[in-house]
Amino acid sequence: MGGRALEIVRPRRPALLRLAENVPIHVFFIVAGVLWAIPAIGLLVTSFRPLDLFTVSGWWTAFGGPHQLSLANYHSLFASSKMAGSFVNSVLIAVPATVMPVVLATMAAYAFTWLNFPGRTALFLLLIALMVVPLQMALIPIAQVYAVFGPPGIVRVFLFHAAFAVPYATFLFRNFFLGIPHELLESARMDGARDARIFTSLILPLAFPAIASFAVFQFLWVWNDLLVGLVFAGNTPPVTVAILEQMRNFGSSVDVISAASFLSLIPPLLLFFAFQRYFVQGLLAGSVKG
Amino acid sequence: MSTTVSAAPATGVEERLGRVARAPRPEPKWNLTAVGFLLPAGIFVGLFIVYPVIATVIRSFFNKAGDGFVGLGNYAQVFTNGRTLHALQNNIIWVVIFPAAVTGLGVLFAVLLERVPYRLLIRTLLFMPMAVSLLASGVIWRIMYQQSPDTGALNAVIASVANTITHPGHYTGARPSQPDLVQAVGDGYQVSSPLAPGDVAHVGLIGFPVAEIPSSARPAQDPAPQPGKIVGVVWRDFTPGGGGQVGQVDPGESGLPDLTVQLVDSKGVVAAQTQSDATGDFAFANMNGGSYRLVLPAQNFHPPFGGVQWLGSSLVTPAIILAAIWVWVGFATVTIGAGLATMSRDLLEAARVDGATEWQVFRRVTVPLLSPLMIVVFITLVINVLKIFDLVLAIAPQSVIPDANVIALQLYLVAFTGGLGDFGVGSALAVFLFLLVIPVMAFNIRRFRGGEA
Repeated sequence: MGGRALEIVRPRRPALLRLAENVPIHVFFIVAGVLWAIPAIGLLVTSFRPLDLFTVSGWWTAFGGPHQLSLANYHSLFASSKMAGSFVNSVLIAVPATVMPVVLATMAAYAFTWLNFPGRTALFLLLIALMVVPLQMALIPIAQVYAVFGPPGIVRVFLFHAAFAVPYATFLFRNFFLGIPHELLESARMDGARDARIFTSLILPLAFPAIASFAVFQFLWVWNDLLVGLVFAGNTPPVTVAILEQMRNFGSSVDVISAASFLSLIPPLLLFFAFQRYFVQGLLAGSVKG
Repeated sequence: MSTTVSAAPATGVEERLGRVARAPRPEPKWNLTAVGFLLPAGIFVGLFIVYPVIATVIRSFFNKAGDGFVGLGNYAQVFTNGRTLHALQNNIIWVVIFPAAVTGLGVLFAVLLERVPYRLLIRTLLFMPMAVSLLASGVIWRIMYQQSPDTGALNAVIASVANTITHPGHYTGARPSQPDLVQAVGDGYQVSSPLAPGDVAHVGLIGFPVAEIPSSARPAQDPAPQPGKIVGVVWRDFTPGGGGQVGQVDPGESGLPDLTVQLVDSKGVVAAQTQSDATGDFAFANMNGGSYRLVLPAQNFHPPFGGVQWLGSSLVTPAIILAAIWVWVGFATVTIGAGLATMSRDLLEAARVDGATEWQVFRRVTVPLLSPLMIVVFITLVINVLKIFDLVLAIAPQSVIPDANVIALQLYLVAFTGGLGDFGVGSALAVFLFLLVIPVMAFNIRRFRGGEA
């Protein structure tokens, strides 16, 4: 893109010279690369080392000495039904917490983009305002509501997450819908299609990139959440809460903690690598969410 | 979009469309379609966001039980209660350090990444912590921050540097077995009575772990005096199994090798220095007459570097901030990098052609062009840092949580832990967080109205 124009203007210097010029920069990035990779590698290696070695020697010694690494920690992780179950809970929370706001917010965004109703601008401004409301603002009243109507813990958590995603998702989807040519809608209406049909068979398929960006972001947000799960999940904790419960005795449970933590990283990292483009877009747009 | 359509020449079709879709603007009416599309979202937002915001504000004026109006009492609590105040102070430290550090590093990384071919790799690596949970990042750093240099990677690195500088001794915690004959000088020891050639020095040490004796050590023997020489022995004045006498080199007592032994003359100058051998013997030959003091300098007894106490009460907040920077730099780098990619190269080239140095180009062209984006990144980071919660809970050990506390964590602790939570103070803390983001809310609304108008 911009770079190509640049190369025309600036004559290319020999590759070796450019490499030498940039040596300090290369060193800088090697150090940075190490700084960003090492801590994560530490977690990975720790999760394969026996517990009794944790307080004796560092994880980096695992490569030198006698064979230390094993899957034992992962075995004991799945032997504990609570920890294993927490992964199921996380999925049961994250999937509806992603699907529900997609449905709610695409519908609302459709109305805000193409339907006319009283107070449209004012309502949308309200939605923009609600986008940055910290979710801490809702914890106490919702806890009181849940104390009266008591749905299961998993439902409590995903309803909360779903609702808090709606303002941001509606905003995101409306921005996307504004880019869909109006003629497309008009011709569908001329053909006699009603709004419900236009929405499901024309707009939703077109909105796939926006929905994907949002869904990847929201799934990770919910998967990685600790606070809402901690307050509402009760005895069906998501994996983050289950790990935290083990952390009171960090030194004596680091085997399970490290194994569970590492497993909990895998879905986000898979999503990250599979949908990198959507992921970054969604995250940059959602980073101010409450 | 509507402007694009109305700009098109009005045809018969357009007019018919106008009747169907763009009915007369001024007085739109509620219809079933609009209600149907909006109501589901409206119910959720109303129930889970609008109602709670109002309820929390009201609740914040009531007492713990919720049955007595206390006015601003809960807010007074926020600013007077020691724990909350400490949380508030920590949040201020966070706000001062974190957004600026991350934005600065983001600019640095983004600008330098432009110059290397493997930018995608580094960008991905930096961004990965953003994908995983803050709890997992906390676990990662909790492992990094272990105090012992044997188990904590960060302290291991620091220890390897520190120990090459200070040379830890072998016999940490050693003390003389006969304190009247061998006295302490600083962290080292000296034999109390002066020595002259022909004398024998006995330095019995005890009080250090056996494991500190090198495997090369041999049983000690009482050295015979030698004319013209000062000789002596350093040994562990303790007979395993009992039976030995204090001050005597008994059979079975080990010599202490590798100790530095100095002779200091009457002017306080080190006249000679040697090391004890495997049996703990040492000898100084060719000494002039006169009297000397025998000194075992402090370096023999230096403990090795014990590790920085990252998770102790004084360093825990900086340690967590460091971990947070590690998590968020990728966000700043990618955002600012995206801005750089769309920046006009012509300007940079023009500046270079005009003879500007790279630093001048950066300072006078890149930074000003990027500053709107930097402000957005900075504000985003401020919002997020106000609500920081997971990292603190994950990294700070239970006992130092009061020292690492932040507002969002205190809200959780006060309202949802320890039996009956105080929803009054909890609500006041939530409102406090809310008030802090209201400027951002206003900014968003203003930007939206500006964009739509």
